[in-house]
Amino acid sequence: MIRLFKFLKPFKVFIACVLVLVFFQTLADLYLPTLMSDIVDKGIMKGDTNYIWKMGGFMLLIAAGGTICAIIATFLSSKAAMGLGTILRSKVFNRVESYSLHEFDKLGTSTLITRTTNDITQIQTVTMIIMRMMVSAPMMAIGGIVLAFLKDKYLTLVFAVAIPVLAGAITLLAIKGMPLFKLMQVKLDKINLVLRENLTGIRVVRAFNRIDHEQARFEEANIDLTNNYIKVNRIMAFLMPALMLIMNITSVAILWFGSLRIDNGDMQMGALIAFTQYAMQIMYSMLMVSMMFIMVPRAQAAAVRINEVLDTTPGISDAAEIKEANEKRGFLEFKNVTFSYHGAEQPALSNITFSAKPGEVTAIIGGTGSGKSTLVNLIPRFYDVDSGSVLVDGVDVREMLQEALRSKIGFVPQKAVLFSGTIAHNIRYGKVEATDEEIRHAAEVAQAKEFISEMSSGFEHEIAQGGINISGGQKQRLSIARVLVRKPEIYIFDDSFSALDFKTDAKLRAALKNETADATVLIVAQRVGTVMDADRIIVLDEGQIAGMGTHRELLNSCEVYREIVSSQLSEEELA
Amino acid sequence: MSEARRDNTSMGRQGGGLHRGGPGGALGRPVEKAKDFKKTLKRLLGYLKPYKVNLIVVLIFAIVGMGFTIAAPKISGKAMNKLADGYKAGMVLNQISEQQKSMQQQIKLQMQKSQQLKGNAQAQQNPETIKAIQEIMTLPQLDKVEDPQQKAEIVKKFIDLGKKMPDSQQKMNMSQEQIDDILRAIKETGGKIDFTFIGHIMIVLLGFYLLSSVFTFTMQFVMSTVAQRTVYSMRKDVDSKLPKLPLKYFDSRTHGEILSRVTNDIDTISTTLQQSLTQLITSIVQIVGYIIMMLTISPILTLIVLATLPLYIFSTVFVAKRSQKYFAAQQKELGQLSGHVEEMYTGHKIVKAFGHEKESIEKFSAINDRLHEAGWKAQFVSGIMFPLMNFVSNLGYVLISVVGGLWVTKNRLQIGDITAFIQYSRSFTMPIVQTANIANIIQSTVACAERVFEVLDEPEEIPDSPNAKVIEYPKGEVKFENVKFSYKESEPLIEDMSIDVKQGHTIAIVGPTGAGKTTLVNLLMRFYEIGGGKITIDGVDIRDIKRGDLRSMFGMVLQDTWLFNGTIRDNIAYGREGATEEEIIRAAKAAHADHFIRTLPDGYNTILNEEATNISQGQKQLLTIARAILADPTILILDEATSSVDTRTEVLIQKAMANLMKDRTSFVIAHRLSTIRDAELILVMNHGSIIEMGNHKELLAKGGFYADLYNSQFTGANLESSAV
Repeated sequence: MIRLFKFLKPFKVFIACVLVLVFFQTLADLYLPTLMSDIVDKGIMKGDTNYIWKMGGFMLLIAAGGTICAIIATFLSSKAAMGLGTILRSKVFNRVESYSLHEFDKLGTSTLITRTTNDITQIQTVTMIIMRMMVSAPMMAIGGIVLAFLKDKYLTLVFAVAIPVLAGAITLLAIKGMPLFKLMQVKLDKINLVLRENLTGIRVVRAFNRIDHEQARFEEANIDLTNNYIKVNRIMAFLMPALMLIMNITSVAILWFGSLRIDNGDMQMGALIAFTQYAMQIMYSMLMVSMMFIMVPRAQAAAVRINEVLDTTPGISDAAEIKEANEKRGFLEFKNVTFSYHGAEQPALSNITFSAKPGEVTAIIGGTGSGKSTLVNLIPRFYDVDSGSVLVDGVDVREMLQEALRSKIGFVPQKAVLFSGTIAHNIRYGKVEATDEEIRHAAEVAQAKEFISEMSSGFEHEIAQGGINISGGQKQRLSIARVLVRKPEIYIFDDSFSALDFKTDAKLRAALKNETADATVLIVAQRVGTVMDADRIIVLDEGQIAGMGTHRELLNSCEVYREIVSSQLSEEELA
Repeated sequence: MSEARRDNTSMGRQGGGLHRGGPGGALGRPVEKAKDFKKTLKRLLGYLKPYKVNLIVVLIFAIVGMGFTIAAPKISGKAMNKLADGYKAGMVLNQISEQQKSMQQQIKLQMQKSQQLKGNAQAQQNPETIKAIQEIMTLPQLDKVEDPQQKAEIVKKFIDLGKKMPDSQQKMNMSQEQIDDILRAIKETGGKIDFTFIGHIMIVLLGFYLLSSVFTFTMQFVMSTVAQRTVYSMRKDVDSKLPKLPLKYFDSRTHGEILSRVTNDIDTISTTLQQSLTQLITSIVQIVGYIIMMLTISPILTLIVLATLPLYIFSTVFVAKRSQKYFAAQQKELGQLSGHVEEMYTGHKIVKAFGHEKESIEKFSAINDRLHEAGWKAQFVSGIMFPLMNFVSNLGYVLISVVGGLWVTKNRLQIGDITAFIQYSRSFTMPIVQTANIANIIQSTVACAERVFEVLDEPEEIPDSPNAKVIEYPKGEVKFENVKFSYKESEPLIEDMSIDVKQGHTIAIVGPTGAGKTTLVNLLMRFYEIGGGKITIDGVDIRDIKRGDLRSMFGMVLQDTWLFNGTIRDNIAYGREGATEEEIIRAAKAAHADHFIRTLPDGYNTILNEEATNISQGQKQLLTIARAILADPTILILDEATSSVDTRTEVLIQKAMANLMKDRTSFVIAHRLSTIRDAELILVMNHGSIIEMGNHKELLAKGGFYADLYNSQFTGANLESSAV
């Protein structure tokens, strides 16, 4: 948390001003009872009406001054707290954008989203509260004690008893309550989980006729949560009256001991009245400070998560010395590449060597988990190899500028990702300066034209976030069009025809053939039909190349390939 | 510090109510409104009905508890009065006794002098003065007298006589009212602080505070149970409603939306019942109580306090109007920011692949800046509410100090009255702010309740017919007779579909995405009701079978693999209640899942995490297949069941399933045509209707849509010319 506050630096002056203003405001608030006591002692007791009027006017001025200080302090602290949030968000977002896929895998997308949004908002809110309330509470407490001490030294001894008792009560309940508070979140999560599972699995639950079972699970979670809530609320029900009682007893004690001191002539009437009011301010400030113990740990957890993001440096960054790769176009080479995912026992790829040149289609086939997607992910340098090297146009990808490397590549991922915006906007993502004609052409080749023209607003059709308003197959076709408009040197299709039916798949591949004639094409696929015509088929099995060659060659030489084929085609088709 | 100040007085004296969230917390924010406030509120209150007695107890305890705290300042004011009287009287007595002594001294001196000058001085003084001097001399020494009455007499005489002394240096500078007041004080206290009296009051006060705390505690204690039990039954109602809703309801809404109604909305109701309701009760009791107490002290001072009320309302409205605008803007920008972040993070690979990091950051910065602008304004404008309110409160404080102070000097009030009044007036603002706040909270709570009730009011599935038939030994003969169906009335999807499936047959359904393949499953399992015609199993209309019985005839494996957060064993066992370990393992073996399960560190005890990311998609499918195998159904439904399993494993599974499917009717939906070659009947669907029907050979021979589809998987690039 403290570490994050260093980002408050641009607001140094603001914060200094807030501190000073809050100090004055606190002073003003504390001064009012003092003036009141003067009214009592010098005005009322002596019957001096003029004095009362004069002091009344003065009090009004002080009150107004305090209010003005408070308003300016609010203004400055809003600016500073919101500014902190803005800076943090920007820092975190910039950092995350620089991450490679490895850091995404490690931290997880959904938590990164929460960290950029909710966690920072939390820090922002707490900063605001700290500046507006927590700063003034200790000032109020200390100021109150000082003033009380000045009014009457001996009566301050009442606080020596009251404050520890109050602090003790708060601590005791905090110790009892905190575990229950934490449990509450756990139990709330539990009930959410049961419910979410029931919603996502509704067909399964109903199909297996397990409604009663699910209801029992919910009931259990519901009772558990309710009981915990009741426990927490009972503690809270105890806390407030207890604190009130302590405060009230304190004020009674002050009244009693104050009377004794007045009787002895050690104290004046007005001083007693002021003292009582100070006492309340001190006690209340104590409560505020104790709230800090609840607020800060929560913000602390958020701060830790944010710091983790800021501390994670991207594993992949541009090399100090950049080599340009302008001499050749579309040459791809893997040299003895071995790669393993972070923390994995076995390498996902080992000893991969092959090369591809423009005009060639290289297909990669293999079972689930054989490393097909991993292989193509190494080309745009989403991950760095453990050993060996990946060369594009004769240059190691690690020596190239990431931007330059990726501008050579057209990547179509397994899971089509579209962004909110029009269809045209999404296709133009591949090439910002693409003309309408280029976009239309790309859509046509990607077999997307038909469904686009069926939409009421055609290319201007708005795609919702996550592309939920179009089907999986449509998404895949648009993400192919996005790559086509780019006209890259190397095309990578990572199992990107899977959501298409055979017919569209075949038509698309036929159309693609002309479009990608001069480019290097890599296709990851599961269907034999998709890869049969490739110039080179790489058969992967458990991260290793089990065979490489054309369909015919592999049928003769590669056992794994034969198995794959025979699982998909019948005997007569094999022949 | 503004609130600290205001709360401080109120916390100190009013003694009740949980002030979580602070006053004005929701005041500046936009309030969501219910469509039909009255009706929803009534219904919400209906949930509280079983706790009528408890609520009455809460109400009584609130009133009594508050009553004690409300009375306390007035009582402590009495102590203060007594204290002030004693103090004042003591002060005046001391003063006068000093004066008396010094005067007597002086007079003695003067008399000695005048005796020396003889008669000279005598002539100068008028007889009245001489008489006064003589009387002063004869007055008993004030500090020697014990009786308060006598003391008062002496003081009175002394003051009266003093007036007659023209050259008296220490003339009393007091009005007649003040003199009367002091004389009264002297009579009552004799110049001593009456500790017995004050002590009694202290004991009474302590008793009051203690009782008030006990009552407040009891009230909160009872309320916590009431609130939570109410919310509990509400949650339960919703949960038992959900299974009765047709799937249509779930398909047309996002999970988040339904989830939020059961969790967030109900949670809001819980908080309101727990905190705001008791706060509302105590606040109203306080407002009424304080006004009554203030009136008994001084009606005119009460008017002064009430006169500050419009200022509160004005400043609240002033602030709320502006801040709502900024909060709405902030909310909007926050939504856009979250949306952008979510998109960019989920699409991180694409952003990287296309080198769009810069644009993404630029867009983020733009939204971030707008958010900052709206954010600080919202915070600032809502933030000045506290200082403004504090100022109004202080205004009242000062007015009371001044006016009250003046009146005390005129003897129209006592000092204790002012101290009590200050306490009342400062405490008074708190419940008013709270009530305004709670009014908002209740509004949004009712809006939440309305959303919950909407779920409860959704039309339910047609209930199972009371004389439902039971098929004791189902064979699995399925018949569709002239079935009509549409998701939306305006767009008919299936029109007049008829199929006849014999026991043990495999029916494959193929066709492009969106052709209505899954619809068939929905109808078969009666997830959706058909619009016309009928579906029978073994000759019995499925509408005449209990849904539970109907569905237990089916075993289903879907493309989207649903597993729950629990062990692998439990997930497989979900297929059939009371399955033995042996059966589970046998099912896993049949599904070719046993091997990979055993390679996991915890084997069958491996706990699948919430998104089941600890196993692959293909492995998940194997588990769902094992689950269906365990269920041992009459009819199997495989909807893209092996789409994420690689083809070699698929072959193995198919072998296993061939055994399983032997005597069972099965419906298979697949993209991969290899899966369905051996089906007895292949239904080719497009645009919701069956366009071709027959077995593999027949359909190929027909050379229609299916043949086209089938051949395209081999011909690949050469299809162009033959495209339909």
